[in-house]
Amino acid sequence: MRLEPRTEATFWLRAMAPILAVIVALALCGFLILWAGAPLLEAYAALARGALGSRFALSETLTRATPLIFTGLAVAVAFRAKLWNIGGEGQLYAGALAATWVGTGAIDLPAYLMIPAIFSAAALAGGLLLLLPTLLKIRLKVDEVVTTLLLNFVVLLFVNYLLFGPWKDPLSMGWPQAAPIVDSGLLPNLVDRTRLHFGLLAGLVASVAVWIVMRFTHWGFEIRAVGLNTPAAVFAGIPVNATVVRTALLSGGLAACAGVTEVCGTKGYLTLDISPGFGYTGIAVAMLAGLHPLGVVVSAVFVAAIYNGADSMSRAVGISNYLADVMTAVALLAVLVSSLLVQYRIRRG
Amino acid sequence: MSSNVQPPSVLSVRGISKRFGDIQANRDISLSLNAGEVLALLGENGAGKTTLMSILFGHYVADAGSIEVNGRPLPPGSPSAAIDAGIGMVHQHFTLADNLSVLDNVVLGTERLWSPFQRRRQARDRLSALADRFGLNVDPDARVGNLSVGERQRVELLKVLYRDARILILDEPTAVLTPQEAEALFQTLTEMVSNGLSVIFISHKLNEVMAIAQRIAVLRHGAVVGEYNRADTSRTELATAMVGREVASPTRTQMDAGEPVLELKSVSLRHNNSRLLHATLKVGQHEVLGIAGVSGNGQTALADLVSGLCVPESGELVVLGRPAGGHTPAHMVAAGVGRIPEDRHTAGVVHEMTVSENLVLESYRQPEFSRFGWLRVRPILEHARTLMERYDVRGAGPDTRTSSLSGGNMQKLILARVLSRRPPLVLACQPTRGLDVGATAYVHQQILETRNQGSGILLISEDLDELLTLSDRIMVIYQGELSPAIPTEQADRARLGLLMSGQRTTGPSSGRDHAA
Repeated sequence: MRLEPRTEATFWLRAMAPILAVIVALALCGFLILWAGAPLLEAYAALARGALGSRFALSETLTRATPLIFTGLAVAVAFRAKLWNIGGEGQLYAGALAATWVGTGAIDLPAYLMIPAIFSAAALAGGLLLLLPTLLKIRLKVDEVVTTLLLNFVVLLFVNYLLFGPWKDPLSMGWPQAAPIVDSGLLPNLVDRTRLHFGLLAGLVASVAVWIVMRFTHWGFEIRAVGLNTPAAVFAGIPVNATVVRTALLSGGLAACAGVTEVCGTKGYLTLDISPGFGYTGIAVAMLAGLHPLGVVVSAVFVAAIYNGADSMSRAVGISNYLADVMTAVALLAVLVSSLLVQYRIRRG
Repeated sequence: MSSNVQPPSVLSVRGISKRFGDIQANRDISLSLNAGEVLALLGENGAGKTTLMSILFGHYVADAGSIEVNGRPLPPGSPSAAIDAGIGMVHQHFTLADNLSVLDNVVLGTERLWSPFQRRRQARDRLSALADRFGLNVDPDARVGNLSVGERQRVELLKVLYRDARILILDEPTAVLTPQEAEALFQTLTEMVSNGLSVIFISHKLNEVMAIAQRIAVLRHGAVVGEYNRADTSRTELATAMVGREVASPTRTQMDAGEPVLELKSVSLRHNNSRLLHATLKVGQHEVLGIAGVSGNGQTALADLVSGLCVPESGELVVLGRPAGGHTPAHMVAAGVGRIPEDRHTAGVVHEMTVSENLVLESYRQPEFSRFGWLRVRPILEHARTLMERYDVRGAGPDTRTSSLSGGNMQKLILARVLSRRPPLVLACQPTRGLDVGATAYVHQQILETRNQGSGILLISEDLDELLTLSDRIMVIYQGELSPAIPTEQADRARLGLLMSGQRTTGPSSGRDHAA
């Protein structure tokens, strides 16, 4: 058995491959559900209901998708330039810290200025956080996978310190949480009686903006060239190091915006658990989307739907909601295999 | 060859076909190899030579057809069956472990995995016996990493002989050798066939095939288009059979060199394991300066220097009359240096980007293609259409991914990007490596036209025929040092070959003055 490159892949093949992959992934996970002793159809029905089945379910899924869009975009941008940013989680919390600092009294402006100010401060914080490992990579060839990953824990512990120490809200009855964001800094609700907030729109705008930057600007051209073939970019005279630094600022900034949507949108104040690993899940989201900025929106909604659906599936048929992690992982593997099969066909001999 | 008795056939291939996707790599190929002969397999890149040999050696399984060795069928798809049947293959790219000794490399894989003792002494004796018999002298204890390319090839041959091969397949064996090393190889091959071994010699070089083979099979588009006895054929006949039409080689007209466009004054540097020592050269307008040499003798350092990838550690680099200090690739592009890189796949193009994007890879920031940081999509596409037509880039549109282009068309794309900006200085590194005859002729013609229009060209090549065709003067690079420039009229293969192997001719030498 060997792989043979396809001379051309049709549009339909490309379009259908990820959909088929997801169906295959759900089928594979069906075995796990059966193994856990739950009725398969009922379980999937509960999952679908919990993910998309009602106004509430849908709004919860989209609320959950919002930070994933940002962390997914952050990874998509960085990976395009072969900058392996695994630090989305840390950058998210850096953004959350900046948002809390600006949003709890450092300044007070009308909402139409306050919200952009918060987003800018957060993006700056996230970008600068990623700048450090990036400079180490460029100057000393330190592997950024390790440094960005480890910085996540540093940032999280710093948040821990602040929330148990100087930033602890005296009115929180002992809970480790910061003071609430001032009203002008809160992201407005999009739909009444749901948690769905303005962050989703910001995420959609960001993904279109990132797509435009990647496709139609110098910077995007440089990021793509550097990521796809660094030696050729060097040879052509493209400023490789500057490109990588710019990518880092953009990627860190995007991940940090996820912190803003959680602090100023979903929660209203900073806690230690604003992110159940959105930064890491962003990697899966970006890979599922094939690093395409617009695809990130679709895959973020898909992943959020799986997680939300798995919660209600777990309640309905009594199996662990960890199955959501397995499903996302299997879907990711299936999509990777399918993209391989789009490029190659399998031949015997 | 006077005897009437037909020599016995040791290998026969019948009706081999192999398809890869849409490409018919081999089409109903039948051949037979006789004991004690050299059969040349002549064909352009992509004619199907290597595929056929890979099928023979069991790397691939043919879609149809059969192979017999000494009258017994060879089971398909098994390299070990091929080795057992006495087939040995020397690949174009060596398959040696650089960190092991010659003896280790030869023995590697022939000993049983769990054998408690290594039979070193027998192995050593056997190796030296083989080496003596075929004139393949290498120190068995030398580390392969320290050997020259010619010596490594001898190790490859010894490896195959050590496994009792009776049929040797050599895939483009002279590609990396100096003319003298190639000559030595031919003597070894002659020795082998007179000992009753049989050799399949794969090549696209006509003069080699005429020098060594008794019979020649020509492959084109995956099929055998003719079999010839060397005695009854000619180079022109073979060339026409190989290409399918007559190919005219470009002619260089005499011109006087103008103002210097590139000067190196005693430049020394070390970069990427390649070095230059006190290199001094001068390229004028209307001039092609050829740099000959076996690969790995400093060509990379020279090319990277002129490309802007590195700077001299000592000495001076003058580009278009201006001293160049601390230059980067972007500076070189802006200064008007057109650069055709040695490896078009890694340095020349970005495979996953489109043809139009690759055509502006060096110029996307020019005002014609950009405005306030935005790419001007329509002019970029228009530019691509114009250049693709002018430089005859086929098989793609401006929006096609560059990876789908053939090697020749990819090189045309690079030529288009470089030459359309009318650079006064052009660096061309191995500009026709891996190209077929048609594309090679096109590249040669473009290089000469560029020279005729007034540019100076630094041509670095390992192909002596190419250098002798295009260059006005030729310098030889050996271990980072440049020989004095020889006018092409006075250069011949033997003289260049001696210089390539490090032997200096006596007499006045301007380039050596600094090397004290």
